[in-house]
Amino acid sequence: MSLDKDQVQHIAMLARLQLADDEFAQTVEKLSRIVDFVDQLSAAPTAEVVPMAHPLNQAQRLRPDKVTETNDRDAVQKNAPSVSDGLYLVPKVLE
Amino acid sequence: MMDLHSQSLTELKAGLDRGDFSSVGLTQALLDRIDRHGADLNAFITVMGDAALAAAKRADETRAAGGGDVLNGLPIVHKDIFCTRDVLTTCGSRMLENFISPYDATVVERLAAAGAVVLGKSNMDEFAMGSSNETSYFGPVKNPWNLECSPGGSSGGSAAAVAARLVPAATGTDTGGSIRQPAALTNTVGLKPTYGRVSRYGMIAFASSLDQAGVITRSAEDAALLLGVMAGFDERDSTSVDHPVPDYLAGLSGSLKGLRVGIVRQHFDSGLDDATGKAVREALAVLEAQGATLTEVDLPNLDYCVPTYYVVAPAECSSNMSRFDGVRFGHRAADPEDLLDLYCRSRGEGFGEEVKRRIMTGTYVLSAGYYDAYYLKAQKVRQLISDDFNKAFASVDVIAGPTTPTPAFKLGDKTDDPITMYLNDIYTIGANLAGLPAMSAPCGMVDGLPVGLHLVGPHWAEESLLRTAYQYQAQTDWHLACPEAYR
Repeated sequence: MSLDKDQVQHIAMLARLQLADDEFAQTVEKLSRIVDFVDQLSAAPTAEVVPMAHPLNQAQRLRPDKVTETNDRDAVQKNAPSVSDGLYLVPKVLE
Repeated sequence: MMDLHSQSLTELKAGLDRGDFSSVGLTQALLDRIDRHGADLNAFITVMGDAALAAAKRADETRAAGGGDVLNGLPIVHKDIFCTRDVLTTCGSRMLENFISPYDATVVERLAAAGAVVLGKSNMDEFAMGSSNETSYFGPVKNPWNLECSPGGSSGGSAAAVAARLVPAATGTDTGGSIRQPAALTNTVGLKPTYGRVSRYGMIAFASSLDQAGVITRSAEDAALLLGVMAGFDERDSTSVDHPVPDYLAGLSGSLKGLRVGIVRQHFDSGLDDATGKAVREALAVLEAQGATLTEVDLPNLDYCVPTYYVVAPAECSSNMSRFDGVRFGHRAADPEDLLDLYCRSRGEGFGEEVKRRIMTGTYVLSAGYYDAYYLKAQKVRQLISDDFNKAFASVDVIAGPTTPTPAFKLGDKTDDPITMYLNDIYTIGANLAGLPAMSAPCGMVDGLPVGLHLVGPHWAEESLLRTAYQYQAQTDWHLACPEAYR
């Protein structure tokens, strides 16, 4: 097993994912298999190779810094689980 | 007159133009078929009956007044990854089970502006992560050629709906083969354009440097018709490329005489099912008989395609999926203790197993201490793979081979081992890594299950891929085959 339980627990926390207990054991095993599989990349000869930044070698296009969108807050917040007076509600962060 | 459902988009267009039938009549006929077969196949997440009939009525009125754009009154289906204004857009996930999009994707907008009538939203692997449609929160789609088999994925609902003649054409998206693999497994035509050819605006992101929108149709001609409407620069997609859009329909004519077809020897090695290989070789012989020349080309880093993909795609996935936080939209866990609990449980409950696995793989390869060994290394290998294709395209116009190693597999057969499932995309992933256009066209049957011919071209070579498939279809009738229960 290339990954142990502690590592998987750490990754899950970084990813903000809660895994059920039965799910967790399976994840350790399957994630290890994926990591073993992608490990074969280490054999690829890449000494002088520049990592790819864009499949078509395009530069990032920039746009003028102008306001183009209107405020659609009410329409957008229709999908929010909990809002009040235009604000998104979450559990208390500061005591 | 041929039944409406058995006609291609191009044939239906001619029928509407002649006044043989109305768009309302056509739309109702297909909605009736969806009603009859939709549940068996599980190809739809949302059927938009009323909206479709209203759009069809408008199309008929426009036509009666002497107007109407190129797709006026023609029915299509959208993969449920495309945001459609005021319509449920789930991406096959519990996370977006109740998400009503406040806006249209550019693809949706352009097809609607051209007059297309949208019948519904098709089922798909959750967030397009899967090759069998089994990761959908809404259950797997069945393959119309054998209901025990997978239609492939992730655009499996679109492919099954077109194959079962529930709709003549559908949109799809392809990150590692998600249009071409289901097209191959269901006897449909699937086209993934060049990266940047079709706008990704409003297309829910999985792996942004690989994702590309395309089509699933019954013929190369229909694919050319739709691509002409979908392609083109969009300032709302920062990776959209401002490159002229040719007349794809006009590009279909012209013989294959002198077309240089590259064959990759490794594509026909031990991993390929014998009967599938035989069908593909016969297709290559048809191209040769039409004047194409076959040459062997080498892609020395081909074996690295799948491992490279399974670093790059999960890395981008983990980043894209971080927007689902249970705060602004999407699933939220009940009674969170604190903000961290809200994030972790909303995401833990909202995402399925495969999506979580990919988020975690991506998080791992991007994490401190592993970034260079995995992510940076993979982006270097990706450059090698892209260079291999560029070298090959110096001597050939198109690379041809099998789309998949085997015909459709049984549902449940590959769910235990992620690697077995991932290897199903071994022939298709290279085109995504290098941003190349690629398509799959029906080219045979093995024990009653379809086989696909895979064509890959250099950047912006959609025209030559479409012409190759069109001319092949002029000589063969595999693409006309339809499963008996859906004739």
